[in-house]
Formats: sequence, structure tokens, C-alpha cells
Amino acid sequence: MQEQSYISIVWRQFKKGRLAVASLAVVAALFVIAIFAPFIANDRPLVMRYKGGTYFPALHLSKDVRDIDFRALAGKNSDGIFMLFAPIPYGPNTYDLSRILDGPSREHLFGTDGEGRDVLAELIWGSRVSVSVGFVAVGIAVLIGIILGVIAGYYGGAADLVISRLIEVMMCFPTFFLILAVLAFIGPSIYNIMVVIGFTSWTGTARLVRGECLKYRSREFIVAAKVAGAKDRRIIFRHLLPNALSPVLVVATFGVASAILVEASLSFLGFGVPPTTASWGSVLSQAQDFMDVAWWLTLAPGFAIFLTVTAYNLLGEGLRDAIDPNLKT
Amino acid sequence: MVTYLLKRILLMVPTLFGITLITFFVIQLAPGDPASLKAQSGTDALKSDQMAAEVIEETKKLYGLDRPLYVQYGIWLTRLAKFDFGNSYRDHRPVISKIGDALPITLTLNILTILIVYLISIPLGAYSALKPRGAGDKLSALMLFILYSLPNFWVAMMLIVLLGGGDYLNLFPIAGFTSDNASSLSLIGWLGNVAWHLVLPVICLTYASLAFLSRFSRASMLDVIRQDYIRTARAKGLSERRVIWKHALRNALIPLVTLMGTLLPSLLAGSVIIEQIFAIPGMGRLGFESVLSRDYPVIMAIAFISALLTLVSVLVSDVLYVVIDPRITFKRRA
Repeated sequence: MQEQSYISIVWRQFKKGRLAVASLAVVAALFVIAIFAPFIANDRPLVMRYKGGTYFPALHLSKDVRDIDFRALAGKNSDGIFMLFAPIPYGPNTYDLSRILDGPSREHLFGTDGEGRDVLAELIWGSRVSVSVGFVAVGIAVLIGIILGVIAGYYGGAADLVISRLIEVMMCFPTFFLILAVLAFIGPSIYNIMVVIGFTSWTGTARLVRGECLKYRSREFIVAAKVAGAKDRRIIFRHLLPNALSPVLVVATFGVASAILVEASLSFLGFGVPPTTASWGSVLSQAQDFMDVAWWLTLAPGFAIFLTVTAYNLLGEGLRDAIDPNLKT
Repeated sequence: MVTYLLKRILLMVPTLFGITLITFFVIQLAPGDPASLKAQSGTDALKSDQMAAEVIEETKKLYGLDRPLYVQYGIWLTRLAKFDFGNSYRDHRPVISKIGDALPITLTLNILTILIVYLISIPLGAYSALKPRGAGDKLSALMLFILYSLPNFWVAMMLIVLLGGGDYLNLFPIAGFTSDNASSLSLIGWLGNVAWHLVLPVICLTYASLAFLSRFSRASMLDVIRQDYIRTARAKGLSERRVIWKHALRNALIPLVTLMGTLLPSLLAGSVIIEQIFAIPGMGRLGFESVLSRDYPVIMAIAFISALLTLVSVLVSDVLYVVIDPRITFKRRA
């Protein structure tokens, strides 16, 4: 009951920030786009009636329709065939070599890239990479940070000494270079990127959780729980962590922004997802090759990255203000 | 002070040890052993199998690769203590001389960047602290936020298109640290040439840190303005300008000093992408190229040296902190 009211207090505070609410909407829209990408941009029809059967080629290519060239079929306008295409009738890997580096037009809102792919379709599918990398990488980082932070802050002593040194060590390394080197060795793939970003960006959370634990460790309610005979595990999970969680959420939100940036940078350098998977960074990297003939290609992917990162950062800022209005400077 | 310094330096030892451990661990992640990879990466130069075999033998002996892992680590550590990083796999130059070429360039870039960031963000932060939540404060906060979120490789590309002779203006060179004929220039001409080359990369490196530091300087200024001694200064009739710029700002600067140490590693990492785009032969580009060609000795050396540099700069900024602020004693810090 009490937790419920805490959340509603935070929500009421959060709603006061117009920018924060707008950024929440942007993030939510991004999630919707990422989840429903196959229904928004797809070169296969969403629904089709063909030779008496009804198929959903966008979801599943059953063998009756596997060999059909949907585009050619749509052009023929044959009787008895009904096809409903997605709003953007191109997939991220729909090559059209007759239309390379087309400028923005009604058919291709953001133009086409060097291999005739629709840039908008690539961006829509690329949002899946950004959303998942941001989420999983930060999830890993937060998990490591909480575990190490609690051990260091709650138990103290030798454990604290060792973990504090480890945090210091990790903070000394130039993170991006470290990520680059590890990825070069274990091979770049979306899973490796998530894991490597996660394993290199937990220090902020760990320091924060450690600090919070130190702060609360000697407070009356923790001491009372101890006197009442509560086990360490109960104290940590029931009393300590709930108090430390809101600042962690703020740090995690900022972390998502930076993880998305790191992924984009990696893909830009060619260390990201494989070329068949569209990612904002790789679209931008491709655009770099055509900067002298089609510089506008850089606009849309760059703006997508910028908008997402700004939204997450503003969201983090709004959350911080909502959680602790006193901190608002 | 000596005790404090000694204590800090002693605490650096386990951290340094951890840095070497992680560097060593990262290299162990690589598929295959460095010796065969060295032979592979050298195939262009070493045509015959016999030479390749020779190289493998030589590398194995050099790193003790036939020995257990902890012995290898020990060998590497002893060589590290002598600052012997071995030779690059790519061109067989000593790693230390490659880094010697690259480090000054990156340091020039980063020190210039930090300087500009401080010069802009301190007055900006102080100014927004004068009227917190005012129109100027809100506007600058939003602008800085937007700058902070702009991906720097995108900005770099846009700057190249707009100012670097793409379709619009051709004001600045877009590649390199100097022009090709720079060595024939006089000292002043050479400096001017370098500065001209650095304008675009420095812009790209500067603008993101700007947001962070201005916010920090603003918070620090707000903190100071609420202090009793500022009220005293006002009460005794000093002009507002004198109160703000002399009494408040000087005290607000103190926490900013410590940040210098923490800015360095992020700037070193940031330069990978900027140095790559602008073809500046600094540490970032050297690092990227060595990662691309799996040049282990160079990768290990760069990771180790930049971590070491960061460690030292954190120490220096902590000591500066105590030196600048007489209210903080070494005893309390230690």
C-alpha cells in the first residue's frame, strides 16, 4: 500500500515536467515502433488472399506463397488476389539496384541508400537494435552494479576494499577502447555488444548502491530489523534495496542513452551488428561513403540517434527531479 | 602532506595491479595464440613458411607462450615494469616509439579541449546560477542538453559536409594533424597550421563535455551563493559584481578542479572515433588500427598506459584540491 503511494507521488512530480513527459512519449513510441517493426515496414504483405487461401506473409512465409514475388504480383493487379501491404512496403533488406541514392520522395520518404534500400525501413528496423541493446546492456550493468554495490556497502571490510579497487580499475580504462578491443577478439554480434557494454558500464551503479547501503546501514530501521533477528538476505531485499532502487533507476535511464550511443558508434566504425541487420549506426556509416554525392543520407539516422538519446537523457533528468524534488537545483 | 601522498601512492599499487590483470585477461580472450596470429598478420611481409615458423618461435620465446598462464603474466609484468612493451606485430617498430609519436598529438588535442571546455562552461554555469530557473538558465540548460545528446560522429560528418569542402564552405582541412608541407613552415606557421587542422576535431570533442561541466559549475556556484560568507560580503556593502565574481566564483571553482582527472579517460576514449574520422594520428587512431589488425603489444600498451595516465591524473587533481582549498586538510582527505 505504501509503495503504491510512493509511486503515485513520484508520478505526480514527474508529470509536472513537460519535457520529461514528452520524452517519455518518445521512448514509448520508440518501443512501439521497435516491437511492431515487421508490421510497419515490410516488403511482404501483411495479409493476402491467394488461390483461395488466406496468408500472413509478413508473419510467416508458408510454403504456398514462399516463391512469390509480391511486388511483381501487386503490379499485375490480378483478379482474386488481395494483398494488404505495410504502410512502408519495404523491408530493411529490400534491395532495388535501379534506385540507388535516390533523394527523399513520396515513395521513399528518407530516400534510398547506396544499395537501393529504403532508409526509413532501415531506421524502423534499426530501432530494434537500439532498444534491445539499450535495455539488455543496462540490465546486465545494473545487475552487476547492484550485486557488487550491496556486497561492498552492506558487508564492508575486505569485500568493500576489493570491490572499491575493482571499481577504480574499471574507471581508469578508456571504456570505448576496451569495448572495441574485446569485441575485436570475441567477434562483433548484437549479443556480444550487449554483454560487453554491460560488463564495462556497471561502475556507476555499483558506486551508487554502495553509497546508499552505507547511508542506510546504520539507520534505525535497519538496526531494528537486525535486532528483530532478520537474516541478511531479508534485510537486503526487503529493507535496503527498495530504498536504493529509485536512484538506480535514474542512473539506468542515463545508461540506456549512453549504451545506445556506444552501439551506434561501434556500428559506425564497423564493429557493430552484421551488415544484414540494419542499425542506425551502420546506416550512418554507409552514408559516410556517399557524403559528397548524397549528404542528406546522414540526416535521418543521425536525427534518430539524437532524438532517442535526448529522450532518454531528459527522461532520466525528469525521474531524478521527481524522485527527489529537493535535489532539483 | 607526505604521509597523504604516500598513502595515496600505496593505494595505487593494487589498482595498478588490477589494471595489468584486466589488460592481460582481455588479451587472453583472443582466439588462437598471439604467436600464430603474429605469423598470420605478417603474411604479407613474410612470404615463406619458414620465416613464419621463425616468427612463431621468436614470439613464443618472447612471451613465454609455452609456459603456464601465470608465468606468462609474470613475464609480461616484469617487462612492463621496465616499460618494455615489445615490438608492434604490424611494422616491427618498438611499441613505445609508436606511442611516443601518437601520445603528444592526443594530449595536445585533449588539453586544448579541456581548456576550452573550462573557459566556456565556468562563466556559463556561474551566469545561470545567478538567476536559477530564469529564462537564461532554462534556455542554456536545454541547449546544453541538446548538445550533450548529439552523437559526435554525426556532428563530425555534418561539420565536414558544411565547413570542410563538401558541398558548402571549404574553410577547414578535414584530415590530419598538419598539412603535408608543414615541416617546411616556420614555428609560428607550423603552430598556425596545427591550430587550423584542430578546429573541427576540437569542436567535436568540446561540445559534449560542455553540458556536463556547465551543470556542475552551476550547481557548485549555487552551493556557494547560499553560504554565510557571501551574505557577509553583501552585508558589508560590496558591489554585486565583486561578490559574485570575486568571492563566490573563486570558491565555486574548487570542486571543478577534481573533475579534470575524471574528464581525461572519457576524452581519450572519445578520440577513437573523432581521430578516426579526421585522420589524426593520435592514440585513438593508433588504438583503432591496432584493434583492427590484432596488434596485441600495441593494444596492451595503450590500455595500460591510458589507465596509468588516468590514475595519475586523478591523484594529481586530488592533491590540487587540497592545495587550492585551505579548508581541506590532508588528514581529513586521507
